[in-house]
Amino acid sequence: MEYKDYYKILGVARDATQDQIKQAYRKVARKFHPDISKEANAEAKFKDVGEAYEVLKDPEKRAAYDKFGANWREGQHFEPPPNWDAGFEFRGAGYTGGDSGGFSDFFESLFGHGQSGRQRSHVFRMKGEDQHAKIVIPLTDAFGGARQTITLTRPMVDANGHVTTNPHTLHVVIPKGIIEGQRIRLEGQGVPGYGGSPAGDLYLEIVFQEDRLFHAEKRDIHLTLPITPWEAALGATLTVPTLGGNVQLKIPPGSQGGKKLRLKGKGLCSASHHGDQIVTLQIVVPDAKTEEQRNLYRAMAEKMPFNPRSGLGI
Amino acid sequence: MTEQRIYIQGVVLNEETRCTLADLCRLCGVTAEMIHEMIEEGIITPEGPSVREWCFTSIAIKRVQTTLRLQQDLRVNLPGCALALDLLDELEELRYLSRRR
Repeated sequence: MEYKDYYKILGVARDATQDQIKQAYRKVARKFHPDISKEANAEAKFKDVGEAYEVLKDPEKRAAYDKFGANWREGQHFEPPPNWDAGFEFRGAGYTGGDSGGFSDFFESLFGHGQSGRQRSHVFRMKGEDQHAKIVIPLTDAFGGARQTITLTRPMVDANGHVTTNPHTLHVVIPKGIIEGQRIRLEGQGVPGYGGSPAGDLYLEIVFQEDRLFHAEKRDIHLTLPITPWEAALGATLTVPTLGGNVQLKIPPGSQGGKKLRLKGKGLCSASHHGDQIVTLQIVVPDAKTEEQRNLYRAMAEKMPFNPRSGLGI
Repeated sequence: MTEQRIYIQGVVLNEETRCTLADLCRLCGVTAEMIHEMIEEGIITPEGPSVREWCFTSIAIKRVQTTLRLQQDLRVNLPGCALALDLLDELEELRYLSRRR
């Protein structure tokens, strides 16, 4: 078991006042709240912060925790000495905080299992909590639909009312045409209920993996297509990648850089909604490496008088 | 022997999702009174001409659930939640734009 430095987690000194601890908690709780933070491990950090506050806000628990001294480092291997809590009154009564499910082994070995014990005595039946998670999928999975196996940690209550966290593996269908930010609701796949009550639901929010070529805006897929000046000037039929494979795209003569062409139905399409692929042209000018190539540019300058800056009044 | 995998098909909460007041209460584990308060605060806006015919989008479901978490975890009151949700929407938009740049 690893030692947890609750003071470090809240970012306060070991001699911080109760007011300072409360203020620090509120600040970091807001910072790491999973609805607000985009940090990958915000949820874990938020739980650590809640656990740290659960101990440090209570003078009895804080005093007991302080007995271990200041020489422990975060993450160091730790076993509580026998009878370490002699003389403190909280053991057995459980703690009073909110969600005990996610608290660490370190917390449980020191302060017991808390709420689950209380719930058993007061609440006989309770629907399990809903669980919320994000899953990162490649754009191709959203385009064509896919099947994915995901593993979530979920709190489980054993026969003795003890809460442990177990990995929970699920195989889920990613429906074709799902878009970023949409959620899949899996009924009854959340935290199991107490006393024979139904389990909560699981909500999976879709996040798209960064893609080298494409990016999605709602249902439309965007791609930047590099073309040569002569393809832009004369028009061309070019091979263009889409999420569904290569297609032929006709570039009209006289196209300028930045022009957007639409490939209908090549975006994220579901049964009732369709998306397009938007191709933005990017004209790439070739380097003139030889004298002959430089002469070609000079001939163009001579034969095609052109001021692209006329709009600037110069 | 290969393991037989059962793939679960969930319900996608998408642009078409509409639920009644009763559905919304059941999904989010809240009372109709709490939903009324959230409507008054502008956190969610029902569609439909009368209370009986009210329906809510998947965005409403998410906003109610986020409100409940903000209330429980950060002790934010309802006007505060309404403000936080609007700012979070704006933040998400800006994060998206800055990622694209």
